[in-house]
Amino acid sequence: MADIMTPALGESVTEATVARWTKKAGDAVRKDEILVELETDKVSLEVAAPADGVLSEILAAEGETVEPGTVLGKMAAGAAAAAAPAKTAAKAQAAPPPPVAAPAPAKAEAAKPAAPSAQRIAAESQLDLAKVAGSGKDGRVTKGDALAALEARAAAPAAAPAPAAPRELHQREERVRMTRLRQTIARRLKEAQNNAAMLTTFNEVDMSAVMALRNEYKDVFEKRHGVRLGFMSFFVKACIAALKQVPDVNAEIDGQDIIYKNHYDIGVAVGTEKGLVVPVIRDADDMSLAGVEKAIGAMGKKARDGQLALDDLQGGTFTISNGGVYGSLMSTPILNAPQSGILGMHKIQDRPMVVKGQVVIRPMMYLALSYDHRVVDGQGAVTFLVKVKDAIEDPQRLLLDL
Amino acid sequence: MSQYDVVIIGGGPGGYNAAIRAGQLGLKVACVEKRETLGGTCLNVGCMPSKALLHASELYDAAMGKQFATLGIEVKPKLNLSQMMAQKADSVTQLTKGIEFLFKKNKADWIKGAGKITGPGKVEVTAADGTVQTLDAKHIVIATGSEPTPLPGVQIDGKRIVDSTGALSLPEVPKKLIVVGAGIIGLELGSVWRRLGAEVTVVEFLDRITPGMDTETAKTFQRTLTKQGIVFKLGAKVTGAVASKSGVKLTVEPVAGGEAETLEADYVLVAIGRRPYTEGLGLESVGVTTDKRGVIDTDHFKTAAAGVWAIGDAVHGPMLAHKAEEDAVACIELIAGKAGHVDYNLVPSVVYTAPEVAWVGKTEEQLKEAGVAYKVGKFPFTANSRAKINHETDGFAKILADAKTDEILGVHIIGPQAGELIGEYCVAMAFKAASEDIARTSHPHPTRSEAGRQAAMGVEGWTMQS
Repeated sequence: MADIMTPALGESVTEATVARWTKKAGDAVRKDEILVELETDKVSLEVAAPADGVLSEILAAEGETVEPGTVLGKMAAGAAAAAAPAKTAAKAQAAPPPPVAAPAPAKAEAAKPAAPSAQRIAAESQLDLAKVAGSGKDGRVTKGDALAALEARAAAPAAAPAPAAPRELHQREERVRMTRLRQTIARRLKEAQNNAAMLTTFNEVDMSAVMALRNEYKDVFEKRHGVRLGFMSFFVKACIAALKQVPDVNAEIDGQDIIYKNHYDIGVAVGTEKGLVVPVIRDADDMSLAGVEKAIGAMGKKARDGQLALDDLQGGTFTISNGGVYGSLMSTPILNAPQSGILGMHKIQDRPMVVKGQVVIRPMMYLALSYDHRVVDGQGAVTFLVKVKDAIEDPQRLLLDL
Repeated sequence: MSQYDVVIIGGGPGGYNAAIRAGQLGLKVACVEKRETLGGTCLNVGCMPSKALLHASELYDAAMGKQFATLGIEVKPKLNLSQMMAQKADSVTQLTKGIEFLFKKNKADWIKGAGKITGPGKVEVTAADGTVQTLDAKHIVIATGSEPTPLPGVQIDGKRIVDSTGALSLPEVPKKLIVVGAGIIGLELGSVWRRLGAEVTVVEFLDRITPGMDTETAKTFQRTLTKQGIVFKLGAKVTGAVASKSGVKLTVEPVAGGEAETLEADYVLVAIGRRPYTEGLGLESVGVTTDKRGVIDTDHFKTAAAGVWAIGDAVHGPMLAHKAEEDAVACIELIAGKAGHVDYNLVPSVVYTAPEVAWVGKTEEQLKEAGVAYKVGKFPFTANSRAKINHETDGFAKILADAKTDEILGVHIIGPQAGELIGEYCVAMAFKAASEDIARTSHPHPTRSEAGRQAAMGVEGWTMQS
């Protein structure tokens, strides 16, 4: 009998949710066949069968939270088991296996009762004594421990208020548990709004030059580099040029300090069926347009396939979000904390523009830069956006590093 | 020559409990005792006989004095001292026989004779008739206890000038008894003879009674004893004693300086303390060291010599039978490879006078000296229903708790059966209980134990019944 364990989940990730079991208890499985999918704050991962055998028991039901090392289920291993039992197992279990009761998180021993005074404090102050380290006999929680825990709680920055009791569902409503990814997105977006002095400045850009360039070279570019020439690579390069001119936008606040980053790791928001993820194109300033396009293509594929590794998502210095692909004309993106700037790209739309006294039709895109006003002042933000606009309207500036 | 896992020298509360525990744990054990009976000072000439006399004399006093009359019981009691002594001896005999039974039950050998260490793993036992045998032991436990400390210039003659042993068996009720030393033993035995009719004067070198007791409690205690008729001469030094056939002339001078005076009594009890009984044990043969007072140096009962352990009155800590018992269990468990441990802060003290005084943990003075911020809850027995009903309202219960965590740091009770009440607080403190834990725990009504609960409430200012 082999345990199916929750694997290590990566740096700073302490728990995962069991997303889906692809096998039922009693199923015969082959070595390396996927048994169960886990979802963490940042990535999904799959746990494969360690050997041929039969999945004998599922211990962590779907939706349950597990930690690295938690036993997810048990397998009866053995080559013999793998060969024949698919059918026998199915027959032997004419009735579906009884649902496995979710086991309580493995505790070394039953918790010792807390002192009556500690229980009173817990009841009056909604203190979870299970989370208080007890200093009394055999680890019992004393009144002093409970008071200290209250004090620590008061001293800590006000934690998120306890979630309200689930409200009653009305007819024609449906309650769906947020996926871990969605919970993380929600938490991080709100954190960014709470922490940063965030505001957005707008500009618009005439896409004629970039579109002309793209039309002229897209075939030969694709033939040469094996990747389509998109607009994103131009914006990545334009942003890097602007970041170099306005380093504040590439900085972050750390306590009383500002950390300036002399590297340009650009997060590119990618929509997947599960939600938005932001893989990072590292050292994008060292890449050619083709290099950027290739990197974006590779990340997008990984994201859609759920293959992103944690490293792919961490450590960006600036983010570009393109709501235009869904038709957004204007938006105010939220910062990807602890970054200080995010560029919002939008839909390209032909609009009448006045050029040299003449009304002409131009393919226009609104640009938005949300920034942390604690680091970036208004002049810097506007300069940044004008710099991006200039580079896109006249791509030769990128070539000449202007 | 017999081979033992453990040989214990001394059959008192330390030694006999060690022997029983060793037997329980499957160790081959012998206990060497030079008395004709087991039980040591405690059973033979200490705790047990003194409690027998304290109980009997308290009832006699109650019958003689106003107490019975108040209750509507009119009697004219007559003291039969020899019967009182006989019932005491009878109880003691039953108790020492009880230890013999426990030895048999736990397969512990009782070797009669005086034990002496003659080398590593060797204990030589000399029996009363002079025969000598040597026991081989993997572990030797010294549990030889203590003896009364002599007072320079005062010769204990066992007739007119006695120590605690003598005072348990006086042939008559003294007209005048002088007790030298206002410690627990002196006050208990002084109380016995005061109740039986003696005029009792207690002479004490210090300017307070019962050193070590919480000062507020000690003051109340002294007041109560004074009310009962005991006379205290504090800050007084005994410089000499001359015994005659009919009495003793005691020379006493104030410690602070001044005129010496001569006190006369028909008996003098010297009870200025006890000292470890560690001479003549052959400690030097294995390199066991002691301090100047003869206290054996130990680290978790291990002496300087491998395989030699020491417990009870012979080592540091309060000289109390129940402390020796704790030592015994911990020491034997350590020998057996277990995790024996004693928390000396939780060893309670009891004075078995009327009222009794009992305490555990720290006194107010100790907390102040250590700079610990504490809160006090106090409740008088005058406001306790059971005490009131019984016309026994002297005293109070006092609880000291940490000002921040509310953990109980000390409990001091003066009142009837305080000794029976203190156990609750030993358990509570072992569990690091807060005063609130006592205050929120139901106590039976009407009992004296409620006074402790009300005092606990008082720590946080919500005493309900006074």
